[in-house]
Amino acid sequence: MSYYFTILSPTDVPLFNIAFGTSKSGGDGIARFRFPDTAQYMNQFIIHSSLDVVEEAQWMNGNMYLKHIDTYPPASAYISAFLTPSGARFLLLHQPPQLPSNSAGAGGSMSGSLLLGSGGSSSRASASSVAANPTSPQTEEAVRQFMTEVYENYVKTVMSPFYRQGMEIKSSVFRGRVTAAGRKWL
Amino acid sequence: MSSATKASRIGEELWKTRVDKVNAELVTLTYGTIVAQLCQDYDGNYHEVNKQLEKMGYNIGMRLIEDFLAKSNVGRCANFRETADMISKVGFRIFLNIAPTVTNWTSDNNQFSLIFDENPLADFVELPDDGRAQDELWFSNILCGVLRGALEMVQMQIEAHFVSDVLRGDDTTEMRVSLVRYIEDEMPPDEE
Repeated sequence: MSYYFTILSPTDVPLFNIAFGTSKSGGDGIARFRFPDTAQYMNQFIIHSSLDVVEEAQWMNGNMYLKHIDTYPPASAYISAFLTPSGARFLLLHQPPQLPSNSAGAGGSMSGSLLLGSGGSSSRASASSVAANPTSPQTEEAVRQFMTEVYENYVKTVMSPFYRQGMEIKSSVFRGRVTAAGRKWL
Repeated sequence: MSSATKASRIGEELWKTRVDKVNAELVTLTYGTIVAQLCQDYDGNYHEVNKQLEKMGYNIGMRLIEDFLAKSNVGRCANFRETADMISKVGFRIFLNIAPTVTNWTSDNNQFSLIFDENPLADFVELPDDGRAQDELWFSNILCGVLRGALEMVQMQIEAHFVSDVLRGDDTTEMRVSLVRYIEDEMPPDEE
């Protein structure tokens, strides 16, 4: 599972972004997206294209956590959103790792755990990971915990007197805490 | 030791009964804004910002001592060690609800350190990431001025400065306070 997390200001200016991989079930915390390294901007395209859905969904109920709101099937990218009362948007793109081609179908995760070799370890990691199924309630819950923890740290960061509203968040402390939250929950 | 425990009892008692409280975040954000504004006004000249903060503190301290004595109703300290306990256990307790540790005395009892385990002024703060603030700015420098101003009004000339700050990545926040001299009461020159 690979994640791309970004914070957008109320006027859609990116304030912060980070890419990381799962640390659950033996994951090493390194993001492995399906795009080649030269096409990482695809993550930004996909995540920003979900903003319309976010804006539609944000007035539907009073929750700050909007759960899984958008999917981009060609890259099997799933997007979860969280809103802060001041209008900042936290968006998390998650992308399950590519399963080996011969394991497509219902038994995919089972055969994955029996496979040996390079493909085996990644699909075994995904099979028992919280996020093996990006729309499952466990995943929603894990993402919620992650968002809440990031939100707490976000509040502390924007309370710093040297931070001006709408400025990019450069704080290495904040980055470290987001990484830690990712390691803890995702 | 007994003077320290006595002082801490006085501090606790005053904190509970005589002190008006305000929201800690109000204090933190107000002070943070002042420092950030100073940094902007002096265009990132952090030495000048330190100096201004010290001066502001000095002016606060000169008045604050009056309030302190009125609230606490304590008498003159017998020696500088007792003064240190008063500052830490009563002064900081009633104005900031913290009690920094008094330690690292020199053998002549004229210098000590205050170690701040917590510092309400610096909650949420991260110093600007410009490569200089971390080495030059003493964010809570106003406290040095407060001590200098307050003690000057009770006949003690002191010098106070920070030697480390957790905001800079140090392990502790430490302020060094040294007694320069007791200011003697002097007769006006032409009264004889």
